[in-house]
Amino acid sequence: MNNREKEQYLREYEVMKKKGKPFFPYAVMKDSVMACVVVGVIIFMSLYLGAEQGPKADPTTTTYVPRPEWYFFFLFELLRVIKPPELVPIATIGVPTIAMVLLLLLPFYDRNPERNPLKRPIASIAGIMTIIAMAFLTFLGANAGSPTDIEIDVAPEYEAGKLVAAQSGCLACHQFGENGNNGPGPKLTEIGARLNPAAIARSLEIGPGIMPSYATMAEDEPEKFRDLVAFLASLNGEEEASTGEVGVAGSGSVESSGGNPAVVEPDAGSSADGAGATTDSGATP
Amino acid sequence: MRRPPKPGHSNGNGDAPAALENGDAPSPVTDNPGKRLTTGAKDAPADLVGWVDERMGATSFLTAMLMRKVPKGTNWFYTLGSATLFAFVVQAITGVFLAMYYTPSPVEAYASITHLTNDVFLGEFVRGMHKWGASVMVILVFVHMARTFFFGAYKYPRELNWVIGVVLLILTMVMGFTGYLLPFDQRSYWATIVGVNINGTGPIVGPYLSDFLRAGPEFGATTLSRFYAIHMLLVPGAIIAMIGAHLYLVVKMGTTAPPWMRADLKPKDARREPVEAIADGSANGASENGNAS
Repeated sequence: MNNREKEQYLREYEVMKKKGKPFFPYAVMKDSVMACVVVGVIIFMSLYLGAEQGPKADPTTTTYVPRPEWYFFFLFELLRVIKPPELVPIATIGVPTIAMVLLLLLPFYDRNPERNPLKRPIASIAGIMTIIAMAFLTFLGANAGSPTDIEIDVAPEYEAGKLVAAQSGCLACHQFGENGNNGPGPKLTEIGARLNPAAIARSLEIGPGIMPSYATMAEDEPEKFRDLVAFLASLNGEEEASTGEVGVAGSGSVESSGGNPAVVEPDAGSSADGAGATTDSGATP
Repeated sequence: MRRPPKPGHSNGNGDAPAALENGDAPSPVTDNPGKRLTTGAKDAPADLVGWVDERMGATSFLTAMLMRKVPKGTNWFYTLGSATLFAFVVQAITGVFLAMYYTPSPVEAYASITHLTNDVFLGEFVRGMHKWGASVMVILVFVHMARTFFFGAYKYPRELNWVIGVVLLILTMVMGFTGYLLPFDQRSYWATIVGVNINGTGPIVGPYLSDFLRAGPEFGATTLSRFYAIHMLLVPGAIIAMIGAHLYLVVKMGTTAPPWMRADLKPKDARREPVEAIADGSANGASENGNAS
């Protein structure tokens, strides 16, 4: 806006303000009605939806559902949309940060003096697209179930490990055959063909990338942990043949690191830090 | 409301101090400025509002705030900001009550929530209000922001208030993230671990940020108290300060008129109401597209 446009805006605003009504009581009345609606809705939700208390947090058990509050679903879903492990930082930090900076600086790059949404189509369409994208991602996140059943057929000796995997929340982020969520983590249907048991165990203990570490399980319940590793190592993708889903985009990048059993973080041995900052999460189970 | 006169502003009436000292003339309020000062000063202890106002000048501030005009065409969309503020007030009040029963230690946190939910009078209700109030507040923040965006209300001269608003949005999300851990059930615990790990994937600052949130390399006992402190001391303080700045600018700049409303600027209006802030620009320029109402 140049000075002439600024001056005209201020002048017009002054006129419209003069023609307006006093804040009290007119705007105060509307605000009060709205405040009552807000409190009413909150009370209604509290009474009818309640405040459910889940089971107590226990680092040693592994039956958990790592799902955020619903208003973070769109961020969480971004991780599913942006699949390749090397792009994970872009999904987790890059896109949200860029979005925030764009939002923060909006008045400084949108210098069009026009305010009517119908007369600034680019801004309006961009805004509507943003809302649709966020709503869509939130919808996906809300519908991404957290099933606790794996239907892959395995040899009887791996059934115990399958149960552990099904109850340990793996399905929230990984897909086993037809079950589980395809992302943020890679598909595990043929993880055994790509990683040897030792690498799987190490990945579980470290928790590469955003994955939680299963080190507590390895310490406290070594049998369960062994079963889990054995089950994962037994998955060689033979089930895949029947479903015909071999080579989905998500697993392509993982295969690049396949065959290298020592794909773990370089500093994993010396550091207990399981954050797995920037490393190749190819070994993510 | 009657506004007590301010000492020293009585048109230079010389005998006012003397009248103050006398104090023996309880006369009703008259139109004489000197007399009004006398009675105002004398009656002050009995008139609490007047007493406070004489020392704060709050009445003129309140009058300016409440009686300021909002532009023509202001509609229900303009209540979203105050609704957000009100949702924050609900969160603050219910949060205080929750804090009375909550113990921010990994051992006792869950049990204190159970006690609050099951034993304390209206405990579950207040906790439910806090939990769902968070969702309502987040929705209102976003809707309020969408309104501001589509109405072009972030444009001159309100750019700074938009920036403050975005900071408030970020702070609200931080509240959502830190508050989610506090019930300390499985869901919140594991979701927070993933959330902290997500922060850790950020370039350069990521690992430091997640270390800061965890209070160390591993998710430990101090993590919960750290989240608790952030959730109920650090961020609420920042939010309150930011809301103060936000509201100050709203009152100072005025609320916008709906973007489809245009003032019918006639040249004589422009001349009668010169805008002093901008020296540049001609008065005639304002009338060029002033007929679009």
